[in-house]
Amino acid sequence: MYFDESFRVKVGLAEMLKGGCIMDVTNAEQALIAEKAGASAVMALERVPADIRKEGGVARMAPIGKIREIMATVSIPVMAKARIGHFMEARILEALGVDYIDESEVLTPADEEHHIAKRDYKVPFVCGARNLGEALRRIAEGAAMIRTKGEAGSGNIVEAVRHMRTIQKEMKQLTVLGKEELVAQSKQLQAPLELVELVAQTGKLPTPNFSAGGIATPADAALVMQLGAEAVFVGSGIFKSSDPERRARAIVKATTYFNDPAKLLEASEELGLAMPGLDISKLPEAELLQTRGW
Amino acid sequence: MKRVGVLALQGDFEAHGKALERSGAAPVFVRSAADLDGLDGLVIPGGESTTMLKLLREEGLMEPVHEFGLRHPIFGTCAGAILLAAEVSRPAQESFGLMDIGVERNGYGRQIDSRVTTFAAEPEFETRTQPGAVEAVFIRAPIIRRVGARARVLARYQGDPVLVEQGPHLAATFHPELTADTRVHQLFLKKLE
Repeated sequence: MYFDESFRVKVGLAEMLKGGCIMDVTNAEQALIAEKAGASAVMALERVPADIRKEGGVARMAPIGKIREIMATVSIPVMAKARIGHFMEARILEALGVDYIDESEVLTPADEEHHIAKRDYKVPFVCGARNLGEALRRIAEGAAMIRTKGEAGSGNIVEAVRHMRTIQKEMKQLTVLGKEELVAQSKQLQAPLELVELVAQTGKLPTPNFSAGGIATPADAALVMQLGAEAVFVGSGIFKSSDPERRARAIVKATTYFNDPAKLLEASEELGLAMPGLDISKLPEAELLQTRGW
Repeated sequence: MKRVGVLALQGDFEAHGKALERSGAAPVFVRSAADLDGLDGLVIPGGESTTMLKLLREEGLMEPVHEFGLRHPIFGTCAGAILLAAEVSRPAQESFGLMDIGVERNGYGRQIDSRVTTFAAEPEFETRTQPGAVEAVFIRAPIIRRVGARARVLARYQGDPVLVEQGPHLAATFHPELTADTRVHQLFLKKLE
């Protein structure tokens, strides 16, 4: 029921993005810098997460004119963010022809109970997750790519690491459980049994599993790749650093050579200043973005 | 068993690795010139050709891969087909020029135009592999706009060439690595014998 032809086409593009780096951009100029640096796709949004965090207010889908401009400027796939549950922002982005929609906790949620019913769309969706249950609920709704939520705009990798480790550990645990135990796990994970059984069989998500939220350095990208991420999203990390172009190139290189310390050393030299980071344990609960989504 | 490299800079190189295993070859992931030593052939996978091109240049791999292609078979799918072409349009970009074909990037449009479909290949393809329609996954696929005199079309979809060979090299604009059908990979492996 979940894996029809449309799902294969949607996952197909996620397969093509593996081993790559998807970069947040707010205009065509940044998109061009990202493409030249080797980004495998760009994510169009109104403001990068660090600015959303700083400026507050309601964060919405990016202005259509900006997205159009970005689509006209680069030849790589263009993704755009829609608010959680805002199925009309999603319909508009689909009509515009973006290549992927991120139903994202970085924007202000439009619905505090429901996510978008994503199987009804021709355009594929990516969604954030902190654990396996959340990932499988999003896949059940039709997401064709999962990414860790991490803590967007923090420049701090700790939450992305926590989320990737959690998902990997929960998947491993399923592989050793018996049939009856999987039924109990399905209930505990609040995820459909069919998907829980599939993960138990394969030890993997039925979609690509990427990482996002707090990646600011080449070493951060390599770290999440080591932990099982199949590609990375970099948000504020690039355009909030002192030398975006150089940092973008370095993170692309680190994502490819995550298993080669000599190449990682090359990628880490003379990068200028990273974006300022936040200590997440000192953030008030209400300022956390990762707790959005259900 | 043939050892076949899969260029693993970015893209669906793991899917190609698995498809090669299903077809009876041993995949080797290639990220440096030294990784090419002793390989019988090379696959350039799907992914973003601009990303691969940038890494190929930066890591000094353009010349070694081109050299490898003068002596051994290369199979390119989607982005890989773009990199093998003699000329690339929309936009124009550098390529290995190992095959006499002209390729237009994202020729079918954006992701909403991507599809899974089936078509009948040329009779020659079935003679050299096994009979039966080909299931093809097209993802933001390029279109082969020109096929030179030295290249041969092995399959068409909607009139456009989608599987082309030239001597040892093979280019597909679709993704045989994303289906269970191993015939295209088998056809490539026969070129290594």
